[in-house]
Amino acid sequence: MIQLQVNGIPRSFGGDPQMPLMWYLRDELGLTGAKFGCGVGLCGSCVVHQNGAAVRSCMTPMSAAAGAEIVTIEGLGTGHAGGLHPVQKAWMAHNVPQCGYCQAGQIMQAAALLKSAPHPTDADIDQGMAGNICRCGTYQRIRAAIKAAAAGEVV
Amino acid sequence: MNRIENVSRRGFLTGMVSAGAFVLGAQFVPEALYGAPSGTAAPEVGGGPAGYPAGDPVGATAFHPNVFVGLEPDGTVVIVAHRSEMGTGSRTSLPRIVADEMEADWSRVRIVQAIGDDKYGGQDTDGSHSVRSFFDDMRQCGATARVMLVQAAAVQWNVPVAECEASPRPHVVIHRPTGPTVGYGELAATAAKLPVPSKDSLKFKPRSEWRYIGKDAAIYDLEDICTGRAGYGMDAHLDGMLYASVEHPPVLGGKVDSLDDSDALKVPGVRQTIAIDPFKPPHAFQPLGGVAVIADNTWAAFQGRQKLKIKWDNGDNASFDSDVYRKELEQTVRRPCKVAWNRGDVDAEFARGGKVLEAGYYVPLLAHASMEPPVAVADYRDGRVEAWAPAQDPQSVQETVGKVVGIPKENVICHVTLLGGGFGRKSKPDFVAEAAVLSKKTGRPVKVVWSREDDIKFDYYHTVAATYMKATLGAHGMPTAWLQRSAFPPIGSTFELNNTYGSGGELGMGWTDTPFVIPNFRAENGPAVAHVRIGWLRSVANIYHAFSVQSFAAELAHAAGRDQLEYLLALIGPDRVIDKKDLGADYDNMGADYKDYPVDTARLRRVTEVAAEQAGWGKRKLGAGQGIGIAAHRSFVTYVATVVQVEMDKQGKVRIGRVDTAVDTGTVVNPDSVRNQMEGAAVFATSLAKYGEITATNGAIDQGNFQDYPMCRINEAPREIHVHIVESDAPPAGVGEPAVPPFAPALCNAIFMATGKRVRELPLTRSGLA
Repeated sequence: MIQLQVNGIPRSFGGDPQMPLMWYLRDELGLTGAKFGCGVGLCGSCVVHQNGAAVRSCMTPMSAAAGAEIVTIEGLGTGHAGGLHPVQKAWMAHNVPQCGYCQAGQIMQAAALLKSAPHPTDADIDQGMAGNICRCGTYQRIRAAIKAAAAGEVV
Repeated sequence: MNRIENVSRRGFLTGMVSAGAFVLGAQFVPEALYGAPSGTAAPEVGGGPAGYPAGDPVGATAFHPNVFVGLEPDGTVVIVAHRSEMGTGSRTSLPRIVADEMEADWSRVRIVQAIGDDKYGGQDTDGSHSVRSFFDDMRQCGATARVMLVQAAAVQWNVPVAECEASPRPHVVIHRPTGPTVGYGELAATAAKLPVPSKDSLKFKPRSEWRYIGKDAAIYDLEDICTGRAGYGMDAHLDGMLYASVEHPPVLGGKVDSLDDSDALKVPGVRQTIAIDPFKPPHAFQPLGGVAVIADNTWAAFQGRQKLKIKWDNGDNASFDSDVYRKELEQTVRRPCKVAWNRGDVDAEFARGGKVLEAGYYVPLLAHASMEPPVAVADYRDGRVEAWAPAQDPQSVQETVGKVVGIPKENVICHVTLLGGGFGRKSKPDFVAEAAVLSKKTGRPVKVVWSREDDIKFDYYHTVAATYMKATLGAHGMPTAWLQRSAFPPIGSTFELNNTYGSGGELGMGWTDTPFVIPNFRAENGPAVAHVRIGWLRSVANIYHAFSVQSFAAELAHAAGRDQLEYLLALIGPDRVIDKKDLGADYDNMGADYKDYPVDTARLRRVTEVAAEQAGWGKRKLGAGQGIGIAAHRSFVTYVATVVQVEMDKQGKVRIGRVDTAVDTGTVVNPDSVRNQMEGAAVFATSLAKYGEITATNGAIDQGNFQDYPMCRINEAPREIHVHIVESDAPPAGVGEPAVPPFAPALCNAIFMATGKRVRELPLTRSGLA
């Protein structure tokens, strides 16, 4: 049995330890915010936080999540005013999404980026967000939203 | 012809609104189809208009409302979204038109997504026409509701209706002489009993009093998307459902020769394998066939698939090699082809000699690669199928699923989820049909999940095109004759065997409507046989047509020794509305009425000037390795010009700096949505220009995931995208697609200025520039 916490709730898993965390979250727990996009860590649609760091849940076998604290988009806003993380508020203030499918991954990646670089430069954003693809092409708004969240404009 | 009825007591929206609600149902018949004989539904290929299904008794005695507005006693307004939402914002824009004319409070509007049903008219959400086709209808619906609510207030107060009005505060009716107000919800019960006023008696709000139209708005699903609650096809779930992953024949038309599934069945969680029959040509939207692995979760199904041992009979398309095929296309356009549009006599003009230019352009096959791969849940039970899918066209789901599992289409219910991108791919419901077939065979609900590799290897590709351009220059370097030839396997090949020529719809996308003042002009199209499934992708044929025309125009400017912008404006010529009879014979104008949406060169000139002016064209001295380029193109009855500025880095790769896009799309419902679409189009087009290329070897697609079919990422997206909306009172036009076509030629024109190197083939990786 693999023990882990997901959005603060203790969980145990007895299936294939090679199963990616993403499919466990989606198929077993019904937490569908993290999305399947490529399955090989190239698009970032599946990003969740593992012990506070952004990870590709499609590339994280359950065995590697043993004992971990996992936070998904569904749990990101917990403890924040209005139930929304500042990055989520910034995303809303800038009307970032088009289809929206990649945005949970983008938001989780951006939230992790702001922990390591609270006032990111354009280069920091390029580096931190280049692993996340948005096929609709909302990058300009993503960049603006990250800067707004960093500046505390939307708290 | 339009009919609106009070259907409050008729149960049309059972389950969507409560029993006490006031409900209007409106039946709108597309004007182009008035009087059309049964069976002549408008074409849907290539993004045509919303056609009424063949054989439906349009305008006959039956009342088939296709737009619904409901008002709950608590004041909630319920508006049914009958188009699919894939990121272009129509699920928000259309209801805002209703709410505006209704004087409803937007914060009290609830949107309910429609299932697939003939009664809504054509639901295929493509061709950038949701707002264009339904703008007037939505206004009429909202105005009718408002007028009836005002009447209801007059009844309740027992005062003359002329003393009551529904503004200025939303969602209430005021008695003007005395001042009291009553909320809409309190009027629902009374309004539900009132007759519907005729259209002639409706008073529409003047443009100056529009409350929502023309104002920025957040999309309806914004918070759900940002919190992970939004429901996409990938998120659909039924209790007891099984998961399936399908190994398709690697070559189109291939079949299973032999199968050994013994190792696959040993994978924990795998239950069985099921063969899916190959399609009967033409493939249309039928499943490709192959072997499905059925499992308890997606991961087990994927794992099981890895262990399948299949020997394939690849069939005739195994001879397809994209490099060889390219040469064939290029040879085709070097010979005379079928004339699609002619003016004057180019041959006589070429025979006179003078300065002649020739060029060939090439754009390869492209894949849609929406972030959400194809996915669907289907539940077959007692001769009926209920499906949940990210479908651009739920009626096509009904028809395809019905045919494939052998039930009437009326017995197929298609619930439309949000789409994680569509771009045209999700108008083709082959993946939903797979789920239905597998549900029938297993007796359980089945979710079919395509991997990214499945998505890229088994797409309905944007077609590959080769073009040949020839012009001769006269006074001031202006062309006196211009010949353009194209050859591409057409979308029609998906629906009809031996279909090899571009349709009027495809050629009308920038080939038979080139708005240049050139006395002798001829557009031709040559044949090309398809070896993969061809479909429409965002902007469709405009992509390769605009790339050829707008690149060649810049080549002529250079040959003439003139500024590219100034030369392009000279080609567009004096302001004029082009007579429809002067365009190509089959020109369909995207199904838009030509008198409302003519080719107006003044609008094309204006966006060209605005984009150039805003970009500072000619004002800034460009350094070494820097360039600026422009292109302008009318598509989806919208005018867009784009200026792209580039800088070459030390490795000779292009860096895209500032982009200025000017758009005239007529009346704008949600300007922020328009800006978002224009910004996104620049990125979408950056991907296709820099990297977009699908190739095939021995009939099988070479690419499979984002490592070999790369997407533009944030670090290489245009550094700044400035969108300039040219204000217009013209009727609303397309937004989702028209900013894609001018981007690649503008980029390549900028690269030419920066490097002196003319790019005639995409993607730029082929030239070492990306």
